[in-house]
Amino acid sequence: MTPLHLCLLLSTGLFCIGLTGALARSNTILVLLGIELMLNAANINFIAFWRYGPASASNDGLMFVLFGIAIAAAEAAVGLALIIAVYRHQKNIRLQEATRLKG
Amino acid sequence: MTIPVHLIWLIPALPLLVAGLGAFTRHRGVALGAIFAMAVAFVLSCLALHGALQHPAVPAVFNFAWFDLGTGSLQLGFLLDPLTALMCVMVTFVGTLIFIFSLGYMKEDPNFSRFFCFLSFFAAAMLGLLVSNSLLLLFICWELVGLASYLLIGFWFHKPSAAAAAKKAFITTRIGDLGLLLGLLWLYDSSGSLLFFDGGHGVLETATIASLSGQTLACGLALSTAIGLLIFCGAIGKSGQFPLHVWLPDAMEGPTPVSALIHAATMVAAGVFLIARVYPLMSADALLPAVPVHALTVVAFIGAITALMGALIACAQNDIKRVLAFSTVSQLGYMMLALGVGSWTAAIFHLLTHAFFKALLFLGAGSVIHASHHEQDIRLLGGLRTKMKVTFATFAIGMMALSGVPFLFSGFWSKEAILHAAHEWDVSHLPLYAGLTAVLLTAFYMTRLVAETFFGKARSHGSEHAHENPAVMTVPLVILAVCAVVLGFVGTPYWPWLQATLDPHYEPTHGGPSLMLLSIGLVGAGLGLGWWLYARKLRTTATARDPLAVAAPGVMAALANRLGFDPLYAASFGRLNHFLAAFADVLDRRVIGSLVNFLAQFGLFTGSVNRQFDEDNINDGFDRVSAVVRGTGRGYSQAQTGETQGYLRVVALAFIVLALVLALGGVR
Repeated sequence: MTPLHLCLLLSTGLFCIGLTGALARSNTILVLLGIELMLNAANINFIAFWRYGPASASNDGLMFVLFGIAIAAAEAAVGLALIIAVYRHQKNIRLQEATRLKG
Repeated sequence: MTIPVHLIWLIPALPLLVAGLGAFTRHRGVALGAIFAMAVAFVLSCLALHGALQHPAVPAVFNFAWFDLGTGSLQLGFLLDPLTALMCVMVTFVGTLIFIFSLGYMKEDPNFSRFFCFLSFFAAAMLGLLVSNSLLLLFICWELVGLASYLLIGFWFHKPSAAAAAKKAFITTRIGDLGLLLGLLWLYDSSGSLLFFDGGHGVLETATIASLSGQTLACGLALSTAIGLLIFCGAIGKSGQFPLHVWLPDAMEGPTPVSALIHAATMVAAGVFLIARVYPLMSADALLPAVPVHALTVVAFIGAITALMGALIACAQNDIKRVLAFSTVSQLGYMMLALGVGSWTAAIFHLLTHAFFKALLFLGAGSVIHASHHEQDIRLLGGLRTKMKVTFATFAIGMMALSGVPFLFSGFWSKEAILHAAHEWDVSHLPLYAGLTAVLLTAFYMTRLVAETFFGKARSHGSEHAHENPAVMTVPLVILAVCAVVLGFVGTPYWPWLQATLDPHYEPTHGGPSLMLLSIGLVGAGLGLGWWLYARKLRTTATARDPLAVAAPGVMAALANRLGFDPLYAASFGRLNHFLAAFADVLDRRVIGSLVNFLAQFGLFTGSVNRQFDEDNINDGFDRVSAVVRGTGRGYSQAQTGETQGYLRVVALAFIVLALVLALGGVR
């Protein structure tokens, strides 16, 4: 097994843990945590393919990751603000109950 | 000092102003304003007369355009000639005195200011009629006079008889006015102008008169005759001539000053004035030998019939005002007779003298009625001679002037002028005989009236307690009595100033003394007969039978019933009118109404068909299409549960499917 395989296995595990959390938890903050985990799995993939790939001299992978982290931070800020708004309306943050905007 | 013709509208404008102001207030000062306006109008009229007498042969005119009509314009105008000026002086003078008399007579009426407002309005309309130089303006004022008359006759409108009399007067005169209107339109159509004098183009000037009398209608009448007769219809209505005289006696339901002002002195004279004004038109056919009838011949015979009939009916009336009303009808007949036989100056002379002594008689009657607590029946009066000395003296002067007692009284001279003119008329002497008979009858019924009212003993509570009225009512009587004497001397055969002033071509008549002696004899006979029947053996009780009714009960009953004109009209025109109204009612309800109903039903039917089609076909189609759209939308909206993790599951599932497809190389 090359280090690349190990990295991909790690990121796959991480992604599965994140996906399970995002789909199965009812606490919205934990759902957000799951989504962050999935984003980080993707970031590990970027780094791994950059480090062990043919074009490791350029900084392409690093740039992707930096943007991904920035986007994840912005998304977390928006998500947390939404959670506070939801809490104000229904006095809890259970995601299954936040269905009022359905058609 | 004189008043220019373009300012002559001031004479009617002053009373009109007071009437307008009086419409907005109930203040009793309106009366003083009205009297003041009439007095000023009298002064202005005197100034106008002074001006008119300087050039009596040339009428001063002032014309102006009222509004544009197509290419031309409709002209109105004012006129000042001796006829207008004399009439204005008479109306304003008599009017002022009657206004003053009304101060006393109407003192206790709750609608005191309204009365003076109407009186002023009437005076304004009458004066406007006199100064107009256009038949149209004259017609407008003519109708306003009719309206004022309606308002004043119906002044005590809470009395049903007064309301009915007002309506009767208005409708009856309207019948005549229709003729006047038709004549006016025909005249405008054939001459293109309604101005009397317009520098050679007016309807009373030689060119138009010649063209109108030169045209002959299909029935052989000259055009001027036809128009003249239509205009005469208006005069018949307004001046109470046979057969439209029925309204005048009923008009006595109004307050007595109104009877004096309108139904004796001024308004009813408007018809005579109108014919005198358009006299050139009326006499235009006089020289045409071929026409079947001359307009003036009709006027003369209508006047003769009216004079005789009015005098006959007056002999049998028992209401003091009705006797005077029928004597007015009779005297107006005299004036028409004079116009018809060609002496319009005599007619105006009689109009002026009659205005004064008839106003005097009516105000005297008003004085009697006021003093005896509104008792008007001469059978219930009596014995007032000693209680009301001033009223008796002035009433007696008026009575002698009306009867034509010789030499001293004005009525004698004007009546003589008419009889002489009738004597010289070469068409027929029937009007003369009618006039002479009426002279006898007039003296007779006036003697009866005075004997029953003032002599004997009081026959009712009201007349027993009668007292002479205050000076505000007696002074006008005295002034009018003086005029009733003096005015006759301006037109005697020895000094015919009035006739010469009115008509520059006037030639004195030469009837000789025999006719005068005959009429004096007839006056004497009438007075004597009246004295013999009524004063020799005075009435003692109110229910005692009239001496004439004892002698000829049938005749007197017919006369007391006014020769049955009212029942006759009710049975003929009244019934015809009812029938036409009923016919129109049936036509409206059954024929027109059912047609309208049918059309409405048809409209409803087509509407319902239309609605059915709309609902079944068009609406239904749209409904179905929208139901399908709604159902589809409902199905899709099922997928949207609002559960975030449900969506995420779908995304994850789709991602797994996508990864499997890529991993198995399904795309390449």
